[in-house]
Parts: sequence; structure tokens; C-alpha cells
Amino acid sequence: MSSLVKCPHCGLRPREEFAIRGEVATPRPKAGADESAWFDHVYLRDNPRGEHREYWHHAGGCRRWLVLSRNTVTHDISDVVDASTLKVGGDA
Amino acid sequence: MTSFRIEGGTLIDRNDVRSFTFNGTKLSGFAGDTVASALLANGKQVVGRSFKYHRPRGILSAGAAEPNALLTIGRDGRRDPNTRATIAELFDGLEARSQNCWPNVDFDVGAVNGLLGPFLGAGFYYKTFMWPAAFWEKVYEPIIRKAAGLGRAGYDPDPAYYEKCWAHCDVLVIGAGPSGLAAALTAGRSGARVIIADEGGQLGGGILAEGGMIGDKPADATLADIVGELHALPNVEIKTRTTIFGAYDDQVFGAVERVQKHLPESAINPDRAMERLWRIVAKHTILATGAEERPIVFGGNDRPGVMMAGAMRTYLNAFGVAPGKRVALFANNNQAYQTAIDLEARGIEVAAIIDPRTCPNTRYQGKARHIAGAMVRDTDGRKGIKSITVRHDDGRDEVINVDALAVSGGYSPIVHLACHRGAKPVWSDQHAGFMPPETSDGMTPAGAVAGNVGIASCFDAGAKAAVAALDALGFSAQPANLLGSDKSDDIRQDIVALWSVPSSMGKAFVDYQNDVTAGDINLAMREGYDHVELAKRYTTNGMATDQGKTSNVNAIGILAENKGVSPGEIGTTTFRPFYTPVSFGALVGASKGFEFQPVRKSPLHGWAVRNGAKFVETGLWYRSSWFPKDGETFWRDSVDREVLNVRSNVGICDVSTLGKIEIFGADAAEFLNRVYCNAFLKLPVGKARYGIMLREDGLVYDDGTTSCLAENHYFMTTTTALAAGVLTHLEFCAQVLWPDLDVRMASATDQWAQMAIAGPKTRDVLSQIIDDDISNEAFPFLAAREVSMFGGRLKGRLFRISFSGELAFEIAVPAGYGESVADAIMAAGKEHGIAPYGTEALGVMRIEKGHVTHAEINGTVTPADLGMGRMVSVKKDDFIGQVMNLREGLVDPSRPALVGIKPKSPSDKFATGSHILNVGDEVSLENDQGYVTSMCHSPNLGHAIGLALVKGGPERYGEEVVIWNGLAGSAVAGIICNPAFVDPENEKLHA
Repeated sequence: MSSLVKCPHCGLRPREEFAIRGEVATPRPKAGADESAWFDHVYLRDNPRGEHREYWHHAGGCRRWLVLSRNTVTHDISDVVDASTLKVGGDA
Repeated sequence: MTSFRIEGGTLIDRNDVRSFTFNGTKLSGFAGDTVASALLANGKQVVGRSFKYHRPRGILSAGAAEPNALLTIGRDGRRDPNTRATIAELFDGLEARSQNCWPNVDFDVGAVNGLLGPFLGAGFYYKTFMWPAAFWEKVYEPIIRKAAGLGRAGYDPDPAYYEKCWAHCDVLVIGAGPSGLAAALTAGRSGARVIIADEGGQLGGGILAEGGMIGDKPADATLADIVGELHALPNVEIKTRTTIFGAYDDQVFGAVERVQKHLPESAINPDRAMERLWRIVAKHTILATGAEERPIVFGGNDRPGVMMAGAMRTYLNAFGVAPGKRVALFANNNQAYQTAIDLEARGIEVAAIIDPRTCPNTRYQGKARHIAGAMVRDTDGRKGIKSITVRHDDGRDEVINVDALAVSGGYSPIVHLACHRGAKPVWSDQHAGFMPPETSDGMTPAGAVAGNVGIASCFDAGAKAAVAALDALGFSAQPANLLGSDKSDDIRQDIVALWSVPSSMGKAFVDYQNDVTAGDINLAMREGYDHVELAKRYTTNGMATDQGKTSNVNAIGILAENKGVSPGEIGTTTFRPFYTPVSFGALVGASKGFEFQPVRKSPLHGWAVRNGAKFVETGLWYRSSWFPKDGETFWRDSVDREVLNVRSNVGICDVSTLGKIEIFGADAAEFLNRVYCNAFLKLPVGKARYGIMLREDGLVYDDGTTSCLAENHYFMTTTTALAAGVLTHLEFCAQVLWPDLDVRMASATDQWAQMAIAGPKTRDVLSQIIDDDISNEAFPFLAAREVSMFGGRLKGRLFRISFSGELAFEIAVPAGYGESVADAIMAAGKEHGIAPYGTEALGVMRIEKGHVTHAEINGTVTPADLGMGRMVSVKKDDFIGQVMNLREGLVDPSRPALVGIKPKSPSDKFATGSHILNVGDEVSLENDQGYVTSMCHSPNLGHAIGLALVKGGPERYGEEVVIWNGLAGSAVAGIICNPAFVDPENEKLHA
């Protein structure tokens, strides 16, 4: 696990300031989407060896939700962006 | 002093005598001594007993790798077991004790274990104690625990203070031997921010053991020059007594600094940390950790008096301690010969040099007899070495009388920190050792860890490594030249690996600390445990507190030799932090006792204290749970009185700990509409609404009220427990799910003091405080707005909401005004019988009213399960949990649903967690009807009442069931009923 995370708002900060929610899964479906889309969104998560995109919350800092691209083998973080700019969470 | 202390010793100060005790015997040494050097100077060869066989053991090394000389130092709360005597600095009054021996270190009953040797071999735990099974707990385990084991932890609290810190630098230099010093000086001169850390009390590492010249100056003068310049550089931070114990991701290193461990009790500053745990962030690291000299595995190689050649040289040159009068050297490399040279220079007889190499090409020209192609196969002597048996290359044995034996089997680079992140070290035949892996993440090995031999070569390597690192960081640097004009030749090691002496007599130890012999490793192989990781666990080689610093490579070599492969093919076991043991005190830091965790106090805490509250810890909060009055001896006396007083008069309760979130924005209403399952879009200004939040899986997450204070301004309350969780959830929804909504939020939990005033006389009290009209017409149930107080002197937020079911208001005022306002309300309510009530009374009243908390919202329930199914909007386009809430399993009519439960006989009691069974049914999972989620004694009804989640729910009101408690072994008759035990028509609420 990375020791330091470069928050786009706060700079390089210790990972203890962050809370990890988990994989950036499929976007939140529209209300009328079929049940399988909702099951995928709520329950299905990958556990890849290698690149992984995750939601991290800078809970002890700017309180922004970030999307962090992390390699689960090398622990290298290749990218950290504010989640709101990606619009990956929902299509509603 | 003794014949073992001779002249010289660069580290000791003979004018500063220090007295200490060893196993109760008073001894003395000098300032600068380690406990080990002082013991050796006093002729104490036996310092401990071995782990399994209780063999007498002496001091093997002069550093962090020491496997034998583990002592308990100090007493009471300042008692440190398993302290390596070789790194513990001597102070006046130090108390040291041997471990793992009884009755004493010189005569140990456990030594009879030596006779049980055949039963204590590799895997003995798995073989010997298998049968009968019942014997394990009663017989074997207590015996093993008593006989085995090292030092014992103390029972007294440690009075010392510990702390944690961060440090940042451009270049971190790990190790302050010649290569580390050259690197630090090179980097320091360039202006880079440098941290140089060394586990010892003095900078110098290997230089400290040098007796002679470095370049054209004496070694100690050269060292003094370097150290002086480093101290003068403001950009260089020197950390002595600091062990870098772990390398973590992103160039973050863990370190422990023993700030005051070397001081006598009288000199300890209680306001300073005893130890500091550092996290050091480096841009580049120079790994200058050096190399560990390896023992040779031969018969009787654990006899006191057998010592690493380099350690013997350190004791001689740095501490002025002679190992004995007649010494032999057993070595397979050229560097070790320096020990013989230095011994002879001090007039100590070197009886023989035994070298397994057939024609070693050394430059040794001393007086010692040189025996090539030979090996030491045995040693003799009861508590210290008296003689060695040498096997010559022609098969002839020769006994040589000596009182000390220096041993060197080669050098293992200290690669740990280069491998903590998962990289594997690389075998080198040339160096007969595992070298640091090629790393690309900002760490450069330099010096002995990279295979350099000799001070000159290490100076050069350290300086060059620093220049390359500084270049990459943008500093312009010149390599520090520390040798002056003279250039020494590189020393050729010409090492020929020797993993074990084949002709060994008796036990030949590989791992001294865990008593693992060459025979054990061979046995593990014969039994199929020949993989390095399996052999380690089967034999326990390398699993002691020294983590195999002196034993692992020899064990790998023996495995490789027996399999006929290179040690590189066997590979190493995994390197993990910690490099050396770290005290729990350092890891805990300041987080103990009062500082164990932060204390959160409500803004009304002082008011509650003045009113005699008993507090309960809920998370970090201290909440007032009841307010005993004179004569009340039992908590329920107070709680029952508080409840009855609210129901008949008026009470005041601190509800400041509820989560409070301010929400603003043009889309705030739409946002609330999406996060609550019930409608919020049309909540008018000046109104509060109870809301239920679902999780996306359709189950209830949290509940609370949200009030519309102005257009686009809302004030949400959450439960105390989920205040942080709800805010995080809302932020996720706003930032990730719907970033296009115009909504902002902030926690205001600590900004407001909030109190509930409840009971039929509430208006009589509050009307004296609040300027606005609070009649039922002007301020009806669920009204919420800012009000003027105390004749316009203060503004507060008033909410007509009720958890107790009584006529009630909650008033929020800025936190700093909380206590004054609460005092004013108490004064105004005195004539109306106002009394404070705590969370216990609050809990009783909410159960009496059938209101739910997280006892019911337990992660398994839907709004319908709680009897609030009709609140879930069927008109909204979208809200969190909408789709999954309609899943087949969550709309099943047979799901357990909220009911009230009471005993059939009012005198019967039951407990939360009890299960509900139909009358006459057997107790079985299949017959389970549900369970009690909350219960209390209702002072209004005079008997126990509870809430329960029961199959069929409200359809079963009036039905008799069994309330079964398997833990207490009880079963009482109960009646399912409406959960609103008090005022089911809500008349009081709307009064």
C-alpha cells in the first residue's frame, strides 16, 4: 500500500489521511435500468492483479473524493484526480 | 581492572567509571562501553543459556545481530527483556540479568535438555507432542512454555513517554560507517537536506574498530574530522541510536530513535521522549548498512569464547578488551586476518590460523602458525573454550589449547531494507553472499553492503553513490575525498564458501538463538522440507528475535550444498520489517492512558458535570447517561425518576452529539430528495421532516430530521454513531454520483449546542427564554426556524421535534453559549419541576414510544420492516436504494417486522437478543420467529417492554409467544403488541 498520496488539492499527504472505498465500478445505472445492471453496480467488483482504479476520500484533508489509479502489484500510483471531474460515478 | 582490559580503546573514557550489576554481582566498566564489552572486560564469558538445550552461551558479536547475549535490563516499568548486550550502552547503575536459566546462568537445571536432544530435533513440536491430544494443554504446553522462551515481559506500566514524528529529506543515508559518512558529507556539502542515521551511539561504524591509520592520519582523527564537519553543516541531521527498521512504499522509512535508553534513571528527562518513532520521507536513499560477518558451522561452535573475528577486533580496538591470552582464528577469507594482525600488535598470542582454503594468498606476515586446508571440527571446555580440535587436510586431528577462537565464514550484506518492498537479493559467487537487488526506486547500495572491502574502497563508493544521486536530484556535487594523499589498495577477499564442517563432532549450530543445528537442517531435508521457506519453519531456523541475521545464509548454503545447487537457486526467505525488534512503547507512541484516543466532549459537558451526570463513552463522545440525586443508589432509580418527570413535568437532555450537517445550494432540495427515500423536494421553509436514508442495496442506512431554514439552506441531523459516515456518504453522492448538482455541505456538529426540552410543561419553561410565540398554532409539530432568545440577545434554532413522544422542542445555540442557555432553562424550569435526563431515560422513552435506533437499524432492515414502508416514495424518479429496495427478498411479506413485546406476567423479565418462538415449538433455528432488538423497564407501565423484529410483524399483535434466552437458559411467556406503548395516538406530541 502506498505510503504517500498526491492529492490534487492538498499535495503529497500520508495515506492515513485517506479512506478507501473500493473499486471504481460500473457507473450508477439509471433508475429504469434492468436489475442485472443494478446488481453489477452494487455488488460486482474486480480484484485485479495490476492496474486498479479506486475511490479514495481525503477524509483528513480537503474531503474531496478522488479517483486513484494504483498498481496492486507494485503499489505505484499512476494518477490521482478529483472524482467530480471524471463523471464516472453516475449517468443520472 | 581485570586482565581482559588492556590499553587502548577508542570509544571508552577511562576517567569515567560506571558501575553496574550483572545477575546481582556488582561490576564496573567505562563510559563508552556496551554492556557486552563491560562483561567481557570483567571476564564474564557465560552470559546466557540457549533456548532449547540450555547450553552456556557467550557473546558472539559486537552489534545488532547478536543471537546469544540477550539480557533483561532495568527493573519494574523500565524493564526491557531480550536486550542485546552488544548494543546496550553502559550507564551508571544499570542492572542486567541473564534469561532462560534456572536457578542461575552458571548452573542451569534445564541443561539436562541436552540429554533429550534426540527428542528436540527439527519438527519436534509436530512429532513429540502429538499424542495423547488431551496432554497438550495440561502437560506439554506448560512445560514447553516454562522451559523455552526468552525474557519475560514485566507487569508494571512503563512510566516513560514516547512520541511519533515525521522527517523529510533529499538524501537519507542509512548507516554511518565509512561509505555512509562519505555519502553524507558529499551530499551535505552540496546543500542537499541530508539525514544520516545509525543504530550506534557514535558515528563511525567499521571505522570505530580500526586501530591503525586511515590514509595518512590515525583512524580516530580521520573520523573526528568527518564527524566535526557533518555537525557543522546545518542541512545535515545526524540521528544516532536510530535504527531504520523498515522500508515502505514511496521512499518512506520507519525508524526508531532510542533517545534516552542509554541514560541512568537519574538523568532521564521525563518531559523528553524515551524513544521516538520516525517516519522519514526521502527523495533518495544511500543504503550503507554494511555486511554481517557469518559464523562457520562446526562442532561446538557455540562454546563461550568463540567469537566473530570482526567483533573480536572491535572489542580489542574500540573498547580495549582482550578476548583471551591465546587465541586462534578460523577463517575462509582474507579480511579476517586483520584480527590476527591486530591481536599480535597488542601482544596477544595468536596460536594458529586455521584456513580451509588450500593455498590462501594473504599478506599475513605475523608469528601465528598458519594451517591451510584445515578446519576446526570440535571445541572443548566446560563453560569456556579450552581447546579446539583441528582436522588437517591429511585427515589427522590436532588439539590446540586456546582460550578464545575468532571465526569468520564470510560477509552477508545487510540487504534487508533493499528487500522489504518485495525485491529478492541476488547471489554472488565472488562475494559468497546475497547482494542487494537492482532497485530503481531511489535507493543506492554503497560500501560493504555492495561488496566493497576496506575503508578506502567504502569511502570511495559512498561518495560516488551520493554524487550520482545528487545529480539526479539537481544538486551539483563533488565526491568527498576522505583519504588525503594516500590511496590504499583494495583488499582481495578470495573467499571460498564454507557452509559447514563435514567432520564436525557434536552439535554444530546454525541458528544460535533457536538452537538449530546442521543436523536439524539435514533432517528437515530428509523429511522433505527442503524448500527454504519450509526448512525455515520446520527447523525454526531464522525465526528467533534476531531473525536469522547470523544464521540464514549458512542454512541456505547447507541446503544448497546438500542439493548440489547454487545458494542462488535456493534463494532467501522473505525480508520483512522490522529489521531489529521495536518496543511496543515506540509503536504505541503517545496513544495510551488518557491519550489513548481523543476525548470528545459536548459543549454542554460542563453543565452536565455540574448537574452530577454519570457519563458513558459512545465512540469518542462522553454522553451524560443519567443524573443521580441524593439517595439514589441504583442507576434505574435515577432513570425511572427522569422518565416519569418528563412524562409528567419537563426535562432537559443534551442532544449535541447528534450529527449536524449544513447543506446549501440551488439543488440542495433535489439532492436531499435523492439521498432520502421519502420526499424532500417540497419541504417548505420553516419545517422539519423525518427522513430515512437507504443504502444503495435497499436497506436502511440512517435516520434523522432535516429542516429547511431558508431557501437553498437545509440543516440535517444524523444519529450520533453515523455522523461521520453520513457526511462521507453525502459527499460521495454529491461529488461522484451527481457532480452536476449545485450543493455544498459541511459538518456543524461541534458548532452547535443542542438540547431537547420535553414534557407537558415545556412551553411554560421555554416561553421564558424564547421571545417568539411558541404556541401550538404559531410553532406546530415539525416547525423549525431561527428564534430570538433572551430579549434579542441571542439567536437560536428551534425545532419542534420529539424523540420521547412528549411535547418537545430542540433548541440549538452556538456552542459557546450552550452551558449558559442550559443553566437559564434549568432556572426557568425550576418552579415547573425541570430535571435533566440522560441517554438512558431517552432510551426508555423512545422504546415506550416505539421509535427505532441503530439497535433496530442494524443493516438487515428495510423501511417496511420498521413499519415505515409507506414513507418510501413511489413517485420519485430516483433515490439511493430505490431499485434494490424492491428486490424480491426485500418485499417478502414474511420478513421479520417491528413489533412491541411485553411479558405475559408483568413480573417477568427478558433480555435484548432473546429469540421469539411460537408456543409449543422446539428450540431450533427452523422455528425461530425473530429476536428482541431493545428492551427496558417502563416506569410508566411498571413492567419490562421491548421492541422486536418478528416474522409476520404487526399482524400478530396480541399473540402469545415464548421469549427464549439461550445464554441465560430462560424462557418466558410474552405478548406481541403495538410498539407504541405510550400515547399511540400522538396526542401528547401535538399538544
